[in-house]
Formats: sequence, structure tokens, C-alpha cells
Amino acid sequence: MDLAFTAQEQAFRDECASWFAANPPGRLDSMDTPDGFEQHRSWERRLHDAGWSAVNWPRAFGGRDATLIEWLIFEEEYYRAGAPRRLNQNGLFLLAPTLLEFGTEEQKLRHLPKIASCDEIWCQGWSEPDAGSDLASLTSRATRDGNEWVLRGQKTWASRGVYADWMFGLFRSDPESERHRGLSYILVPLDTPGVTVRPIAQIDGEPGFAEVFLDDVRVPVANTLGPEGDGWKIAMSTAGFERGVVLRSPGRYMATADRLIELFKELGSPAALQDDVARAWMNADAYRLATFWAVSKLMQGGTIGAEASLNKLWWSEMDLHMHETAMRLLGEGATLDGPWLDGFVFSLAGPIYAGTNEIQRNIVAERVLGLPRS
Amino acid sequence: MNFQPTEDQQLFARTVRELLEKECPPEAARRGFSKERWEELLEMGVVDMLASGMTEIDMVPILEEAGRAALPEPLIEASIVAGEALNGVVTAAVGTRYAANADVADVIILEKHGALYSLQREDVTLQPIDTIDAPRPLFLITGGHDRGTRLETDTGLALLRGSLGASAELLGLAARCIEMAADYAKERHQFGKPIGSFQAVKHKLADALLQLEFARPVVYRAAWSLSRGDKTMERDVSMAKAMAGDAGAGAGKAALQTLGAIGYTQEHDLHVWMKRIWALNAAWGNPDEHRARVASAVIA
Repeated sequence: MDLAFTAQEQAFRDECASWFAANPPGRLDSMDTPDGFEQHRSWERRLHDAGWSAVNWPRAFGGRDATLIEWLIFEEEYYRAGAPRRLNQNGLFLLAPTLLEFGTEEQKLRHLPKIASCDEIWCQGWSEPDAGSDLASLTSRATRDGNEWVLRGQKTWASRGVYADWMFGLFRSDPESERHRGLSYILVPLDTPGVTVRPIAQIDGEPGFAEVFLDDVRVPVANTLGPEGDGWKIAMSTAGFERGVVLRSPGRYMATADRLIELFKELGSPAALQDDVARAWMNADAYRLATFWAVSKLMQGGTIGAEASLNKLWWSEMDLHMHETAMRLLGEGATLDGPWLDGFVFSLAGPIYAGTNEIQRNIVAERVLGLPRS
Repeated sequence: MNFQPTEDQQLFARTVRELLEKECPPEAARRGFSKERWEELLEMGVVDMLASGMTEIDMVPILEEAGRAALPEPLIEASIVAGEALNGVVTAAVGTRYAANADVADVIILEKHGALYSLQREDVTLQPIDTIDAPRPLFLITGGHDRGTRLETDTGLALLRGSLGASAELLGLAARCIEMAADYAKERHQFGKPIGSFQAVKHKLADALLQLEFARPVVYRAAWSLSRGDKTMERDVSMAKAMAGDAGAGAGKAALQTLGAIGYTQEHDLHVWMKRIWALNAAWGNPDEHRARVASAVIA
């Protein structure tokens, strides 16, 4: 066991830190507004031009072949510098790892570089009006017609769907199938005829969600990711990455915890909240350690299965607790516009997206503890 | 950076688990100290690990196994608090008021004037203290303090090692409580179904596991810091004791609620594990005291 960073890892950190020092991100408007979206896109292009967009990907696809440990170091420096959430996170953190595992060479070369450069923004087409936590009950169909799929149905809660160019979706491709069988994972260009995107204002008033209506949308069968009918397995691998290490790296929570400590001190260190502030820092540090633990296991050839659900529970509930603590510290200032309020509102979504925390607890109980399904 | 126990560490822990499954089944854990088992642990090299050049990191998986088995012997005191090879059964009142298993010890380590001293049991007067964790009886040393031989081990280090050792045992105790509860939830039927199929039960046990799995790397990091004498070692050990303690207490409580009335008896084994969790949580500083220390370190 060796928790020290190697000379190479330390050099990588220094390189990150000096780049961010020379290229401060500044504070951007919400990525869900038209102006904010462009500000975020131009920040992403600066990152990409300097080779920081997807450090752990192969060079051929726009990365720099960094190890997962180096990726975690990058994330720590990224959020320490106060840089914003990633505009193309669905593409970077959800689709890309799945493409790297299940995609054809052609698909990887076609999509990964444009995800890294933010030239193509991706949204997720999984949830439907009647299929949320019970995702396997989805009814959007893919009907084969020669070399094309004909897509019909409705997807919803697609974050950044309003600005997205592409959607990765789950469709029932075998009409005789039920539940987890007979689904296919299909990549859909949103400028295809028959696609209608309707914005939905989120709790903050910005169109952070979209509904996507598919009315006989024709896409090539070559846009299927992985084997036809295997969509559930492939989607669950995306979900594993999402809940596991990739979507929410610890750097971001360490940065929040450090800012919470600063806020606590600025506000005169009220004794009643000291225990919560200490817990916030400990939770973030524990998440960092658990992530290094999991990544070390992966790098030794191990796998992360249902344990990923434990991660999702931890980061989402930790993030909410940190922001609730900030709201309590701020007193009457809590509901005034500002970064803490934005963060609080965003943190409320954590226990809902990427599979609700109720579903995660079921997964932990059934697949890690072996309790019977209900 | 490679934050996983080595293969050797995992292998040794498995060997200790096998020994304890044989030599310390629940009925033996209830009976308390066994000289024969102590000799076996000595022979396996578990008691003298630090003294023979192993590190605190090597100790963590071993003490996790001791916790899993609710081992009654003073392994924390002898192996990690003492930190040097002493003859016979060793216990200590260092960082705690009470010396566990002092009645069967040959040597008792005490802190005096900032240094550690080893005393022979026949040289001290012991006062038994009634405690809920009967297999691990506690004693106050009421006389003979003027005797003893000074040890090399640094007092501050011994205190931190005691907290670390308790943290590691708490991980194992918590893991076993969750297993007992999950086993019960699979077997016990109500309303025509195993109670483990109900979400109210699933979610409670998932939460207990969550606290445990996030405490484990924290305990290993504390061992790492301690083994190198890092400047953050006090903060890291306090964080470990706070989080392992909370995970232990939470696991015990979740298991009791899952078992219901049978868990509230001495017929089921759960109470042995719960009581050890309470005892180790209270010793070497409870989670609140340790969290306050972390707060001072990170907020200062």
C-alpha cells in the first residue's frame, strides 16, 4: 500500500495547477441559459485546446493517456481552481466510457473527438413519462426497416437536451420482449426529421431539462451501440460508471468542503454548526479516500459492480448536507442569489438523478447483501 | 499511489480469519479470555507483529478479523499499544482509564509522567469494574503505580495506536453485525415473505453498509499516516475513530432493529457484538471527542 503520489503523478499535478493558474475560468452564467451555454462552450474549448478535456482517454480520441489516478488529480486541480461543472458531462462521463468498452472503432473515432472538443453535446434518452425508477418499463420503440431503425416514442428529463446535438437512448427493439430483454442502445442525431425537443423549466426557471418526442425518426442501424437487444446490459454499464467513480469525482466535493470552512470562519465560526462543518470535511475526505481505494482496485484489474451504488448514495447525500449546512450558516442570506444558493438547488437533484437513492439502496441490499427482491 | 492492502496482507488476514472461525466461534467469544487461544495467536505471530518490524498497516486487517470474531483477548493492547515484545499476556491502561482483561494478564502497561511502564500483575492492585461487555472485563489499577520498568514506546504514539486498533476492530464488528442482520432478514418470514424483501429493512441495512464501506479506507489511511509519522497522523487517526465508531454503532442498531425481539436477548449472538462496539466506541475517545479534534485540525 502506498498512498504517496509518484514523481510522475506529482509532476502531472503541477502541470495542471500551473495551467489553471494561467487560465482562470472565472465565474460563468448558468449553462442552461443561451449566454451561459456559449460561455461554457468557450471554456470547454480552451480546456480542449490545451489537452485537458478528457485526460484519461487515449490520445487518438482527444485525451492524453493519463491514468485514472492522474484523472483524479486533474479533477482535484480543476475544482480547486473554481472551474465550472462540465458542459458535456453526459458525453464525457456517461457515453464515452460505454463507447470505449462496447463501441466499434468506427463509432469511437466518429464520436469521441467531438465529445472531447464539445463540438457535439450529448443528452441522455432513458427516462420516459411512465418509466423513471422503473426504467425497464420503457415503451419507446425501435422498428427495423432495412438498414434503418424507425424510432417512435417520448423521452424526458433529458438534461441539457435543449442544447444537445445528439442523444443516447434506450428503445424497445423487440416488440415481443418484456422488461430488460429486447432493448437496444441507439445513438440519435437530434437534427433528424421527426425529432421535437421541448424545453422544461427546472426549479431555477432555466430550461435545464427537455422532453424529446420521436415521431418516426429514421437512424442508421450502425448507430446501435453494442449488440441489438443488449441495450439493458450496456445501459447498466453506463449506470455503473455514472454512479461509480467517473461522474462525480471527489475533487469537486473537497473544493466545496474547503469553501464551507472558509464561509464558517467568515461568519464568525458559530459553535452550533461546527460539528456539521467538520462532518462535511470528513465526508468529502472519506469520499476521496474511497475513490482512490476503488481506482486502485480497478488499476489492479478488479471491477466495480453494485458497490457503485454506495458511491452514488455517498456523494449525493454528502453534497446535499454540505449545502444545507451552508444555508444554515448564511441565516437570512440563505435565499439571496449567489453561488451557495445555486449549489444548494443543484444538490437537491443529486438524490434523484442517475437512479434515485431509493433504487440505489435496493441495489445495495439485493446485490451486495444478497437480500431477496421484493 | 496504490491504495489497496497487499496480497500478503490479505492472505494473512484470511489465515487469521480461518483460525478465529475455528478457535473463536460465537460461543467461545461469549466465554471470554482463553489462554489456549492467546498461545495460538502468539504462535501465529499476530501478537508481536509491530515488535517484529511490521507496520500499523499490516495490523489493520488482522484487527478487523479480531473484531469480526468479537475476540475477547487484549490484542489491541498487546499488539499495537505496547509496540514491543513482552513476555506473557499483556494488557494496558493507556489512553483509557481501565485495563481490559487485567485479571488474566501477566504484564500491565500504564502511563506515568508521560512515559509508559510495564508492571507485573502481582505488583498491582486491581479493582474489577462492572461492565456490560462481560467477555472483556475491565479493571481499575488502584495500587502499585510506583513499580514498573520504563518502555521505549512513545506515549503519544501508543495512544494513537490504541485508537487506530479500536477503529480497525470496529470495522470487523460492524461487518459481522450487518452479516448477521442480512442472514436473519433472508430467513425470517412475515406476511408470507422474507423480511429482507421489504424496502424498510433493505434500506436500513444498505445505510449501515454505506457507513462501513466509507469508514474502511479512512482507517487504512490513518494506519498509513501513523506508519510514516506524517504530520496529519493525529487528525487522520481521530477521523478513523470517529467514522469507524459511528459505523459500528449504526451497524449494531440496524442489526438489532432487523432482528427485533430476538436481538434483544442473550439467546442470539448479536448482543455480544453490539456490546463490544459500545465498549470500543467509549474507549480511546468516543466519536464526538474525535470529531471535535478533526474540527480543530481542519478549521484552524
